[in-house]
This record gives sequence, structure tokens and C-alpha cells, in this order.
Amino acid sequence: MADTLIRIRNLTKRFGDHEVLKGIDIDVRAGERIAIIGSSGSGKSTLLRCINFMETPSTGSIELDGVTLGRASDAARADGARTYAESELCSVRERVGMVFQQFNLFPHMTALQNVMEGLLTVKRRPAGEARERALRQLAHVGLSDKADAYPAKLSGGQQQRVAIARALAMEPEVLLFDEPTSSLDPELVGEVLRVIRALAEEGRTMLLVTHEIGFAYHYADRILFLADGRIHEAGTPDEVLKRPQQERTRSFLARFTEFGF
Amino acid sequence: MDYTWDFKVVADNFPVLLRGVGLTVELWAVALVLGVSLGFLISLGPTSGRRWLQLPAIGYVEVFRNTPVLVQLIWFYYAFPILIGFQLSPVAAAILGLTLNTSAYCAEIFRAGIESIARGQWEAAKALGMTRAMSLRRVILPQVGKRMLPAFTNRAIELAKVTSLASVLAVHEIMYQGRLLSSTYYRPLEILTVVALVYFVVIWPGSWLSARLERRLAARD
Repeated sequence: MADTLIRIRNLTKRFGDHEVLKGIDIDVRAGERIAIIGSSGSGKSTLLRCINFMETPSTGSIELDGVTLGRASDAARADGARTYAESELCSVRERVGMVFQQFNLFPHMTALQNVMEGLLTVKRRPAGEARERALRQLAHVGLSDKADAYPAKLSGGQQQRVAIARALAMEPEVLLFDEPTSSLDPELVGEVLRVIRALAEEGRTMLLVTHEIGFAYHYADRILFLADGRIHEAGTPDEVLKRPQQERTRSFLARFTEFGF
Repeated sequence: MDYTWDFKVVADNFPVLLRGVGLTVELWAVALVLGVSLGFLISLGPTSGRRWLQLPAIGYVEVFRNTPVLVQLIWFYYAFPILIGFQLSPVAAAILGLTLNTSAYCAEIFRAGIESIARGQWEAAKALGMTRAMSLRRVILPQVGKRMLPAFTNRAIELAKVTSLASVLAVHEIMYQGRLLSSTYYRPLEILTVVALVYFVVIWPGSWLSARLERRLAARD
């Protein structure tokens, strides 16, 4: 299938004796928006972090735009582990942007410098061009007026929008959102979700780990419900969120529907 | 007490003392620059996450921190030449000993500084596609500089003072000159008091500047 951007096969991840992911298969088509839900400890963040190799998968393979990443090491052929070169991972991360729960802005740089940083160091663009592109991205998230502000002077919502602009500036093919609103005060969640919604409407490929079930319902093409390191249930938002087939999914969702969503 | 102070002996031998101060400052500056640089390189071991780099670096730091500087200096002058097969000059042995000793302490300062930066900073840099070296240079080190300043100031002051130990290797720095003059003229009170004052005058401006810089950096937050 030509338009499969990411193909994940039999992905596992273990930390010591604890197997967090127990064999995940996902195909992500270009332009697709996938929401990953599940309780904490289900492995959803780890799954996301394996896609841009913030965590190295224990076994299994990830294919990006038709190219399988890493190579099977001799010793590991039996168990399916692969080894990855640092240079390959850096170029993968350039193409797969990530937004973190804790924003992780660089505190010694202004909003503008944060957004420019990857363009200057990784993409080696001249300062003038980097600046122009960074300003465009800040405008995109509605923060043109905060270009010269340091992160400490910005609200959580503004910081997260700068972090989104920083990821966007690299012109990634895929965006990964790791619970982007979970550490925000409730009144700041909306501004961040609006930015993510606008990106979704532009047709960007994105994977979003979230507890915002309502948002996932309206803006995702597909929902993956993770439990115990496996994809327990997958399908359209209507299938998974309105007519879940699995008991486990139902009881997870009951927590959200209990007080209405 | 009816001691009559006589500073004439100091005035008469001023050029000798001055040469001593020159050498003290030289030892200090050279060992500080080399020690900080080497300390930075060594700190990359413990912070690398690779065991084969971690263990030797930790061992190095522990050896230098848990033995007296005086023993280290004497060892490099009298014992080390047996291993390498040629005699080091007193100045070379002193610089070597002071540099290695300082580098061990500086490696600890760098390590603590680098490890004090939240993991999220490394991750954010990594997620942009930055290599480890790039992340260190652009994201991590600029943030630790300010935090490490007080520790480096202490280290620099300490080093200035321990250069006096080089006198036991007959390095003609200010302490050596002071002891030589006081035993020659039997005027230890005047001469050693002046030597102490000289150390103060050399060291104090540095700590004053550093304290000022610290306050200015703190005000910027």
C-alpha cells in the first residue's frame, strides 16, 4: 500500500523484566489522525515514544515511508531485535515531530529561539530564513506577540503552543502528541486543543495519546484502545467509543461517561 | 610585646617576591584552564550512560579526591619519573599534579551540573533530531553554566591556595620565596605576613567578581 506512512509490526518493549508492549501492529496512512487511549500503565506513551525512538523497541520493526528502520543484528535474528545507528535515528526524528506532556521548552531561549533551534542546528538553515520560518510557525499557533518572551513568562497553554510550533518548524511528516494537555489547568486545555484541531484540519498525519475522549471522538479517524501492552480494540470513533465490543473498553469508557462527556 | 616591626627586608627583596607572585599566578592560571577543560572531558564519562566510560572516570575522580594534594604533588615529582623514565622539572610536576587534581573536582562539578538538568530537556533536543553532542552544547551546557558558577569559584580559590604546596618541590613561587627569605633574614613575621597578604590580594578580586556575576545572573531570571 503506497500511502502507508508508518508500518509497525510486532513491536515489543520491555524494561527489565516488565514487558510494557506485547506485540503491536499498526498501519498509519498519510493524513490519518489516530488517537491512542487507555489507562495509565497501558503502554500508550511508550508506544508513541517508540515511534520516534525516544525508546528503542525491544523487538519488532518500524517502517517509515516504505523503508524499514535499523537492521537485524546477527545475535538478535532469533528474537527479532534490531540495532539502530544514531545518525539514522536523528534523521527519523527530524521527520517525526513530538510534543510532550511537560512541553520541555528550552528555558534559556525565547519562544522564537526555541522554534528556530532545530532549523539552525539540525537543518542548518541560515539565521534569517530560520527566523522567518519560526515567526510563521508562531503566527500559526497564535503567538506572534510572544516571540521574544522566555518560557517562564508564558502560561502552560502558551508554552505548549510554542512547543507545537517548534515541532512544526521542522516540517515533519508525522506529529506525535504525548498527552499534550494533561499537565494544563482546565481553562488552558481549550487553546491547545484548538491548535491541534487546526492541524488536523490541514490534513496532517498525527498520533495523539490523550485522555480527552471528546476531542478524540470528533477529530480522530481511528481510535486505538490499549490495555496491558496490546491493542485491545481499534476502529472508528463511533465503533470504539460509542459501540465498544470489549468489556475492558466499556469499563474504561464508563469512567468518562459517568459524569457525561 | 616589644617586637619592632621592620619591613625594610620586604622592600629590599621586593623583586624576588614579585617573581614569586608571577609564578604563583602562572601555576594558578595554567592549572585552572587545563583542569577545567580536562574536567569537562572526564565528566562526559559518568554522564554518557555507557559503563565502560563511566567506571574509569569515576575511579579517576575518586583517587584524586580522596588523597592529599601534597602527596599527589610529591608523587608526580619523585615517583612518577620512575614510571616514565625521565625527570620532570619542578614546575612541570607541579602543573601536572595541580591540573589533574583540579580536573577531578571540576569533573564532579560538571557531572552534578549536567545531571541537574531535567531529562525532558535532553528529550526535547533529541526529538528535534539533535545529536547528543549538539544537545549538550546548545541546550544543556548553557543552562548549567549559571548553576555551576559558585562551585567553580570555590574550586578556583582552593586551587590558588594549594599552589603554595608547590614550594615543597622547590618551585620558586611566592611561598617558596617567602620561606627562603624568612630563613635568610630571620624576619618570618614581616615576610610571611606579607606573603599571606599577597595571596589575599591575588585571590579576593576573583571571588568578588564572581559573586557580582552570580548576582547579575540571578537577577536575570
